[in-house]
Amino acid sequence: MTTPAVQFKQDARRLSADLRHRRIIQTAMGNYEVARDQRKAAFQDWQGARQMAAETKWEAVNHLDRHLEEFVRNLEARGAKVHWASTGQQARDLILGILRTKNTRVIVKSKAMTSEEIHLNEAMEQAGYEVVESDLGEFIVQLREEPPYHIVFPAMHLTRDEIKDVFQRKLGDAPSSNPEELTMVARRVLREKYLQADVGITGANFAIAETGMLSITENEGNARLTAALPRTMITLVGIEKVLPRLEDLALFLPMLAAMGTGQAISCYNTLYGGPRQPGETDGPEEYHVVLLDNHRTALLADAEQRDSLHCIRCGACLNVCPIFRNVGGHTYGTTYSGPIGAVITPNLRDLNEWQHLSYASSLCGACSETCPVKINLHHHLLQNRRNASRRKPSWWQKIAFKVFAPVAAKPALWSLVTRMGRLGQKGHRLVKGGRLDPAYAWTKTRDLPPIARQTFKEWWRVRP
Amino acid sequence: MSERDNILARIREALAVPAPMPGRDHDAARSRPVLPTTADQRRVLPAVGKSFDEQLALFRKNAADLRADFRFVQDLDALAAELKRICAAENWQRVASHGKELTGAACRALGLPVLLTDQAFDKRELARCDVGISECDALVAQTGSVVITSRSAGGRALSVLPPHHVVVARREQLVPDLPAAFALLKSKYGASYPSMISITTGPSRTGDIERILVLGAHGPKKLTILCF
Amino acid sequence: MKVTLFIPCFIDLFYPQVGVAMVRILEKLGHTVACPEGPACCGQPAFNTGYWEESREVAIKVLESLQGAEVVVIASGSCGAMMKVFYPELFAGTRYEVMARELAPKCYEFSAFLVNKLGVTDLGARFPHKVTFHDGCHGLRELNNKRPPRELMAKVRGLELVEMGAAETCCGFGGTFSAKFPMISTAMGEVKCASALDTSAEYIVSCDSSCLMQLQGLIDRQRKPLKTIHLAEILVQQ
Repeated sequence: MTTPAVQFKQDARRLSADLRHRRIIQTAMGNYEVARDQRKAAFQDWQGARQMAAETKWEAVNHLDRHLEEFVRNLEARGAKVHWASTGQQARDLILGILRTKNTRVIVKSKAMTSEEIHLNEAMEQAGYEVVESDLGEFIVQLREEPPYHIVFPAMHLTRDEIKDVFQRKLGDAPSSNPEELTMVARRVLREKYLQADVGITGANFAIAETGMLSITENEGNARLTAALPRTMITLVGIEKVLPRLEDLALFLPMLAAMGTGQAISCYNTLYGGPRQPGETDGPEEYHVVLLDNHRTALLADAEQRDSLHCIRCGACLNVCPIFRNVGGHTYGTTYSGPIGAVITPNLRDLNEWQHLSYASSLCGACSETCPVKINLHHHLLQNRRNASRRKPSWWQKIAFKVFAPVAAKPALWSLVTRMGRLGQKGHRLVKGGRLDPAYAWTKTRDLPPIARQTFKEWWRVRP
Repeated sequence: MSERDNILARIREALAVPAPMPGRDHDAARSRPVLPTTADQRRVLPAVGKSFDEQLALFRKNAADLRADFRFVQDLDALAAELKRICAAENWQRVASHGKELTGAACRALGLPVLLTDQAFDKRELARCDVGISECDALVAQTGSVVITSRSAGGRALSVLPPHHVVVARREQLVPDLPAAFALLKSKYGASYPSMISITTGPSRTGDIERILVLGAHGPKKLTILCF
Repeated sequence: MKVTLFIPCFIDLFYPQVGVAMVRILEKLGHTVACPEGPACCGQPAFNTGYWEESREVAIKVLESLQGAEVVVIASGSCGAMMKVFYPELFAGTRYEVMARELAPKCYEFSAFLVNKLGVTDLGARFPHKVTFHDGCHGLRELNNKRPPRELMAKVRGLELVEMGAAETCCGFGGTFSAKFPMISTAMGEVKCASALDTSAEYIVSCDSSCLMQLQGLIDRQRKPLKTIHLAEILVQQ
């Protein structure tokens, strides 16, 4: 059984060297960047907008109990049934319970990262239900039996030929590898599923406290159909998704679109406030909303990292992260990848088992710089590292740093180390780049500079 | 203790310790964040002209960028005539709509059988329709969006299931920006909200295959906005 | 004025010419330069790896050696960020917090010192080559150091600056990251070098020798037609 850390390194090693993968991702990200920058430039004051969004989310999360209660009150007043789940297991059980009472056969789903987080699809399939992912990217990776590659672009890593191939194998229908034709195949297949489905399950981008509504952002219309046609609708949403007021969306929807996909606004931004209301002739007869904790309250309790709950899941930090761009989403081996994933996963799961995600970063800070709600992501990576080494120190590293302190601090010791280093480098040539090389981690792919014949300190000491 | 009580208790306990204010320079941030006003939002969001003509032009430009077909006509008769033209060009056989004033007038001009979603209907029959014709609550200049609800636009499915969505709007329904749209929704429906509110911007689209833009992923492949 | 110059470990050992260039430039401008015999390291490696107690042991010596300094110029963006931005976080809640907060406003990265504090951009330098600039992450994002290097390069006679697409993208060094995740670090460095090669520049210039060490290491191993040079080495050439 490989640990997540070992698996990560194996996958990272493979994908970092995969030039084809590198090219695909760099191209996709390059196009995204151009569009994103245009959208940011269209704002009169992008930095001002970030500060407003950060403060709004601070208010939402730091008064979460009050906003959640208001949210639930307004939602229940319209006949929706609200369920609270402390753990992923509870959420799965709640949803399976609803499915059992509804004579369910076919379930259609729109994208919900929380459902990935709690492995809902597996549980539903094991219970014998047919589960169909309706978002095109999710539909494709579901056919390929792999997890989504990116929280916004699940099939970003695939070429049209690979998609054609899986459509041919699993659907028996793939006229060509033309993206339009492939999309139409999916459209045909899914249309039938929307009409057949007994239950529609969605996630949500925001939970509006003031009016008791779930806001869902999408481009395809699959969530709208999931919410329109089946008789029962279920929305699974993390408790942290709260926004205080309806009008906060006037800021968040354009920001989410700009950073997520480089659009001015996504095609469909839809608010759902209950089941079919009196006077309405379609829509679900029952609407269930499952509020998910699953360690979010633990993150909430960490005042230093509480703002990681401000995340609106736009994916901008993934797009800008040089680590993500080189190793890809699957390498992280967990639901949330990229910088936000590296920050929250050690806190939502086991700290020491997942700390490697926080270490696999050069701390360049591009993530914090780009985050529309100003989460201090790279500082949180540092804090995770500190917390993990306090909980379970790596003794050889601790000793190495303890020894290094006086060596660096005392000029006499530093001089000695300098002279020893020069001698060592002579011998180093013999083992350089090979398995015996103590600096192998570096020298496998890079040359090391020689220690100067006269170091700066040596020069400074003897200068007139 | 229900799970609700458990979760709320954990939240309250967690929040007993204050978290730092957002923003890089903590000293410069306010002592307590204040939720932005509409004026605050308007200072940072993309600019919108003040006059109707500027806003109309902006809406038109946005619609074009998004591949929505926007036609601004003289009056309701002209609108009906425009609709007839589209009907002929696309060879509609079956039309779906809802029984409001504008849609009623528009559909009458077509002379085709109309599936009305005002009373119970068969979703498979709706799926067989070539077009869904609906009214709307507002057109948003800033983004080129159409605001609809399950009460104003014939339910949830009419505007998204048929492959072509036609919106019939009055020019007075043009609002400058998203803050105005949300204010309108609040004042119109605040006492009793419909179960669905949708801000629709362009026809359905996806970029999930190699980031190539494809229209009509699941929702309508065409969005036509007729405004008089 | 009296300038206290902090020379980080890798400049001391591998690139002393960078420190020498800085001393010459500052003295030519009429300032007295002091290099305290204190620690050779700002404590960043231990800090970044999560061993904050061990990092403090080194950083306390740095604080003590710089006490009373009028102004501190740091010969790299990453050490500059450590002292200016991260020391307050490292020492928060300890009895050294005040010293750390007092030190921060006195700290400048070298190019920022010349341009922002001294108001100097023209050093009479000459470097007739085509170059591209790498913005080290700490200098760029923690110290907001985008403009000063470019203002200095603009005054160097004969120098042609071509910006690379990935100017602001991390080179992949990241301190211990380069040894802990060498495959990712290498891939990042390759992406960076490819972007530099696209500009047809002869040199990659930076204000951070640790970044240049990473890039030069790759360039040498892969025999790429590129050279690296620190901005100070350019500015000292007449």
